[in-house]
Amino acid sequence: MEASATTVSGGRSLIERSPLSRLPDQVLQWTLTALAAAILILIAYFFIRLIGQSSTAISHFGWGFVFGNDWNPSHLIFRGLPLLVGTVVTSAIALLIGVPVAIGTALFLIEICPRRFRTPMAILVDLLAAVPSVVYGLWGVFVLAPKLLPVEKWFASTFSFIPWIGGGTVTLYNYFIAGLILAIMILPIVSAIAREVISTVPSEHKEAALALGATRWEMIRMAVLPYSRSGITGGAMLGLGRAIGETIAVVLVIGNADVIGKHLFNQGYSLAAVIANEFGEAANTTLYKSALFEAGLVLFILTLIVNIIARWFVSRGTRTRAAGAVMAGVAVDEV
Amino acid sequence: MIPPETTSKETTTDMSTERRQSDRTEAAAEAKESSAQDAKGHGVNIEALNAYYGDQLAVKNFNIAFPANEVTALIGPSGSGKSTVVRCINRMHEEIPGARAEGSVALDGMNVYEDGVDVTSVRRLIGMVFQKPNPFPTMSVFDNVAAGLRLTGARGINLRERVHRALRAVGLWDEVKNRLDKPGTGLSGGQQQRLCIARTVAVEPEVILMDEPCSALDPVATLKIEELIDELKDRYTIVIVTHNMQQAGRVADSTAFMLEGELIEHGPTTKIFTNPNDERTERYVTGKFG
Repeated sequence: MEASATTVSGGRSLIERSPLSRLPDQVLQWTLTALAAAILILIAYFFIRLIGQSSTAISHFGWGFVFGNDWNPSHLIFRGLPLLVGTVVTSAIALLIGVPVAIGTALFLIEICPRRFRTPMAILVDLLAAVPSVVYGLWGVFVLAPKLLPVEKWFASTFSFIPWIGGGTVTLYNYFIAGLILAIMILPIVSAIAREVISTVPSEHKEAALALGATRWEMIRMAVLPYSRSGITGGAMLGLGRAIGETIAVVLVIGNADVIGKHLFNQGYSLAAVIANEFGEAANTTLYKSALFEAGLVLFILTLIVNIIARWFVSRGTRTRAAGAVMAGVAVDEV
Repeated sequence: MIPPETTSKETTTDMSTERRQSDRTEAAAEAKESSAQDAKGHGVNIEALNAYYGDQLAVKNFNIAFPANEVTALIGPSGSGKSTVVRCINRMHEEIPGARAEGSVALDGMNVYEDGVDVTSVRRLIGMVFQKPNPFPTMSVFDNVAAGLRLTGARGINLRERVHRALRAVGLWDEVKNRLDKPGTGLSGGQQQRLCIARTVAVEPEVILMDEPCSALDPVATLKIEELIDELKDRYTIVIVTHNMQQAGRVADSTAFMLEGELIEHGPTTKIFTNPNDERTERYVTGKFG
């Protein structure tokens, strides 16, 4: 009886499979592993080549490349603090403006917007990501910068007592315009992540707040934002990664002056912009070329750090919630 | 009123159950004292209530009176509209997309569905405890209880005293007094539910709605909540939805039986369970269906 259940007419066991039948799975497994490994190898190779190519500049300027303030290609002096400052300042402006708007958009779409408008509106916000960055730059050059110039001038003279903001000449292209363009560009990704995170807030927490007599805003502050804080922070960091690396839009509106701008409305330069602008001139000069590679290396490391921080924030958020649940599970057993 | 900090019992770490009990009655007495002038007359009258989910009518022409300082249980099979009725009382029903209610729900003669009524004040007067314990996961034990109070602007010592008083009132004080700053979600399920009740009573509502408050708890934790309900009714009008008929029998002064969105029968609990007027009620309470 038992034998008839586990064997077929050929005498082979039913649970035994021919070696050949396992082949597709093995092929799949090896292919996928190889693909994943290829990505790792590519990144490692890329990193090593960057270091190799920038070794001339590294040995020439040392830390001075990052912290020295003198970028002078005609004298072959490459101390790139102005570039780093430009990248950091414009990205910071992008975060300061972009993240609140992105969170506000996400909150509106999830908590306030009538359900039937939610998807179309979300698609519109996401479409901002589909606009090529060169178009944003072009728009910045011909529309935003000239239109905002009088406003910036007024702002700079009215608030001239605030350091880094007023007190100097306002240039047409400047850190602020570049930051503003970047803010628009990071909006879709930050908003999309914020939307995802906010929509996972359990309704029982929201109901708990509402049942205590919270207004909609108080409910958001009490139940929604604390729950989604780390996820939104991670989203902002991913936006920051994008802002740091953005090139062409920044080249068009930052002014490309290789000095540190005296204030917000002064022109400057950025790491990505310098590479895009000067690779042609640098091609025949070893040190110049190496300096641009080092700018790329700094950019790469900066983005890497931001991304690691972003991951850390996102995983910390999920971990604390999971830990809470585990603790609750343990405590239930105690009662 | 005796400030909570001066009670000598608090300093004892190893507390017997009697002590805890006496502590709790003390808190209850204290609470009573503070609302002596309005201890009576916070009943809820529902008239001609219709509640919808989209086009679907979930509660049909519902009329009932929940007497003040009594526990009323709503029983009935799943989908009979018990939770919907309860959620209509503090206007939480309308928070569900597409849901609406019409009719009159009067607290102390004031219709909460009247134009110009502030829904947040309604919910402050009519507190709610949910099926699943839902302390705010990012908040400490203290902050969870303080959450509603902070909305009313309570700060500092006043806030701390009222939080402590609420924790005593639900008999949780001894269990959590050393971990007030720890996450509320680190408590056991039963403790979490009592924490949620503390959060509700902290804002001193007049009515407390409980939507199957024990369905996620084990029998021991359930018993504690039931004892607590018995104490709380001195001070609050309580409406409790339950699937557990024994529970209704234990805690409720009167019981209402619902079926398919309609009120079949409402009467003293003993009568509903021993000698109901309606044949359907009898079949339900004797376990013949549902």
